Amino acid sequence: MTAPITAGDAFHSIDGSYNFAYLDEQTKRMIRRTLLKAIAIPGYQAPFGGREMPMAYGWGTGGIQVTASIIGVDDCLKVIDQGADDTTNAVSIRRFFKRVAGVAVTEATAEATIIQTRHRIPEAPLTEDQIIVYQVPQPEPLRKLEPREAETRKMHAYSEYGLMHVKLYEDIARHGEITTTYDYPVEVNARHVMAPSPIPKFDNPKMQMMPALQLFGAGREKRIYAIPPYTQVRSLDFDDHPFAVQTFDTPCGLCDATGVFLDEVILDDKGDHMFVCSDSDHCKGRRQAGHVGPRAAAAARLGFPGSAGDGA
Amino acid sequence: MYVATKGGEAAIDNTHALIAEERRGDPAVPELGVDQVRQQLGRAVDRVMTEGALYDPALAALAIKQAQGDLVEAIFLLRAFRTTLPRFGAAEPIDTGAMTIRRRISATFKDLPGGQVLGPTYDYTHRLLDFALAATGGAAAEAPEAAPTDASMPRVTDLLGAEGLLQPELPNPDQGEPFDLGREPMSFPANRDQRLQNLFRGDEGFLLALGYATQRGYGRNHPFAGEIRMGLVEVEFTPEELGFPIAIGEIEVTECQMINQFQGAKGLKPMFTRGYGLAFGQSERKTMGMALVDRALRAGELGEDRDHPPQDEEFVLSHSDNVEASGFVSHLKLPHYVDFQSELVMLRGMRADAERIHARQEAAE
Amino acid sequence: MTRSEPLMEAAGVGHIYAGGQVGCEDVSFRLYPGEVLGIVGESGSGKSTLLSCLAGALEPSSGQVKFDVGRQGLRDVFQLSEPERRLLMRTEWGIVRQNPRDGLRMSVSAGGNVGERLMAVGERHYGQIRDQALDWLGRVEIAADRVDHLPRTFSGGMQQRVQIARILVSRPRLVFMDEPTGGLDVSVQARLLDLLRGLVRDLGVAAVVVTHDLAVVRLLSDRLMVMRHGRVVEHGLTDRVLDDPQHPYSQLLVSSVLQA
Repeated sequence: MTAPITAGDAFHSIDGSYNFAYLDEQTKRMIRRTLLKAIAIPGYQAPFGGREMPMAYGWGTGGIQVTASIIGVDDCLKVIDQGADDTTNAVSIRRFFKRVAGVAVTEATAEATIIQTRHRIPEAPLTEDQIIVYQVPQPEPLRKLEPREAETRKMHAYSEYGLMHVKLYEDIARHGEITTTYDYPVEVNARHVMAPSPIPKFDNPKMQMMPALQLFGAGREKRIYAIPPYTQVRSLDFDDHPFAVQTFDTPCGLCDATGVFLDEVILDDKGDHMFVCSDSDHCKGRRQAGHVGPRAAAAARLGFPGSAGDGA
Repeated sequence: MYVATKGGEAAIDNTHALIAEERRGDPAVPELGVDQVRQQLGRAVDRVMTEGALYDPALAALAIKQAQGDLVEAIFLLRAFRTTLPRFGAAEPIDTGAMTIRRRISATFKDLPGGQVLGPTYDYTHRLLDFALAATGGAAAEAPEAAPTDASMPRVTDLLGAEGLLQPELPNPDQGEPFDLGREPMSFPANRDQRLQNLFRGDEGFLLALGYATQRGYGRNHPFAGEIRMGLVEVEFTPEELGFPIAIGEIEVTECQMINQFQGAKGLKPMFTRGYGLAFGQSERKTMGMALVDRALRAGELGEDRDHPPQDEEFVLSHSDNVEASGFVSHLKLPHYVDFQSELVMLRGMRADAERIHARQEAAE
Repeated sequence: MTRSEPLMEAAGVGHIYAGGQVGCEDVSFRLYPGEVLGIVGESGSGKSTLLSCLAGALEPSSGQVKFDVGRQGLRDVFQLSEPERRLLMRTEWGIVRQNPRDGLRMSVSAGGNVGERLMAVGERHYGQIRDQALDWLGRVEIAADRVDHLPRTFSGGMQQRVQIARILVSRPRLVFMDEPTGGLDVSVQARLLDLLRGLVRDLGVAAVVVTHDLAVVRLLSDRLMVMRHGRVVEHGLTDRVLDDPQHPYSQLLVSSVLQA
């Protein structure tokens, strides 16, 4: 486990030549103004003068700019990708902020004041004292249906969302059910239709009336949007085909958790596989509390990371 | 043997060490100096400065060295540096009419005031590998001293414009500060300042291909290379406390003005129109592609049909930037376990449904 | 038919393009609920420009186009806000394009195409949307087993019928048709016209039909305007204009068809 790092009062980045949290103060102010606008109009995509970041577009530059603009020396940052703290890109972003802001970092959801995420919402409920920052590849939920920005902006402005249901209609007509499984569109505050970023639809209900502030940054597309705490977030559906989340038949192989989102891990070339928590911190916490999953022993034999000893 | 799918800190450190080692290559071979890149790979430096949107040959050369010659990566490095620089303000528009010419050609007039100046170009080299270059140490043959060019080298477009044959391009009096693509997001419909800034940074290969497509009929606009000029121009800046412009340096640029046929529609008299291309350094191919695409994108404004991708503003301007494009394409390398798992659950469910239906049908038969 | 209030009123509508080229000039008429107005003329006569002005796509440079928006009565279409106008276009109006590809979503099934307007106004019951789509596809004589097929697998005549169903499903009060049978085989044209006439009569929907084909207006329209050089040269009941044209140009137009 990574030990929290305490930030000094007078912080100087390692390179000396960059400002605290990399962005210059003027840029941060511009982004904060955009954030305020986004919070004032929940689900509205506010354009902002996104900067080139020292990470590639599509690798979280939007989320990083949002985090850089809101982070302070007293914050404690958690970064996850696919729910896990130890995926390469999560590690890379965490290191970036350690280097340019020197803030405390953590893997424990409960300890974090800011959680930057790609593709998941942690299993543990978030609180009023936390902010979750989503990395967004494509902020426009209508883009697959209407490629033109000039047109989609009008569709949002005039609440012309019929097309969104045409997509869901087509799913049901062809497959008998809505086949969108991630980045499942939601209606925010009974007004704007919004892309929740490519989180599994499993996580959509967590957005509804969430106590934490939810911020979304799309760097390449230069859009920021937000959901204020305790806001209505409804997944689009039909009256006779209501929204439903994924379910898993088995519990987590390591910690026995049910009702959580699971990753499938292939164990050998003979087809053996097991399901484990996608949220690595949640899994670790349960194992520390003594929960043992049906595949824990097998995983330990295979040297699966975090399976043996790590939980103790 | 089971291999852990999740990486970590050590892996990242290792990969950094690996690329550093690879970059240096065989230590028995002398290390490449940034000055060597700057001096001897000048066209690469020009491209990185142009698409990196920063005129700094030394930093561009450093970026090329750091990126092991991967120019798109070098452009990215330069952009990421540029974005942190403070803004003093906007320079005065450069005056390419007052350029110190090194090369100037026109395909539309055999002779013209100031004459044609071939300058340095690969156009008339035979593309034969020069094995003499494989040996190092020799000094290049010295080029003969260039004859001094005429003091006056009016732009071809100014000559045509004087006759009213070319659509004049005047500053928009309603426009305040020029758009700044480095500070503001693109918005559509885009004004020409937005468009030209976007095309200036745009990927050379992308613009070349689109320009080529217009020539082959996908948005044909009958271009003539009215003039291509390359040389040094002065950059002037007006400090607030002075109130008048002062020269702050010279930069090398290439400018291409395409002259295009125009039949006259929507109330405009028949006249020539133009497409404009500009780039840092010697970047002729880039400026020509840019000029073709700039003209193609004026289709709407000139009342022409917009049937082809080069005429489609959102298509071209949203996809021209290679830093954005390479980032988003390469992000497919990032883990997508969660999305993939969601699809897997869905697909298995759908297959199970199909099998159940199939089994029922078989039982019924 | 009650003739109290017109559904649409054009008063001195004209459009001059930026270069001074006249699109249409000083066109006035009233269109009553359930009435079908034909506009004929050769290409360049200004009929397409006029249709664009009437359908809210092109703001006239002079005159007014008013539409009965219900409680507020006749209102200038171009004084409506953009969202009001767009709402009008997808509920109370419909435009049948000459090329069905311009009026259909080619990558959406026939049923989805027909259901779109219902979903656009808030219908959220899949089963009911599908039932209505099936009903309307039936009315335009498209078999129920084609409901989930993409329009690109349909013939030109079938695509045109899907386009008509897609518009009529929202029960519009006014439909604009731009050469609705253009580009179709003669035998297919006749069948489509027959179908259109039946639907327009049954639903009591008003329509403005622009065409160069006198057979189309003979069959569909109650009244007829003949246009030339951007102006209306003759205006009257369809049968009267076609059987007893008064203006020399109308006479020429009618006789040239008869000769052909």
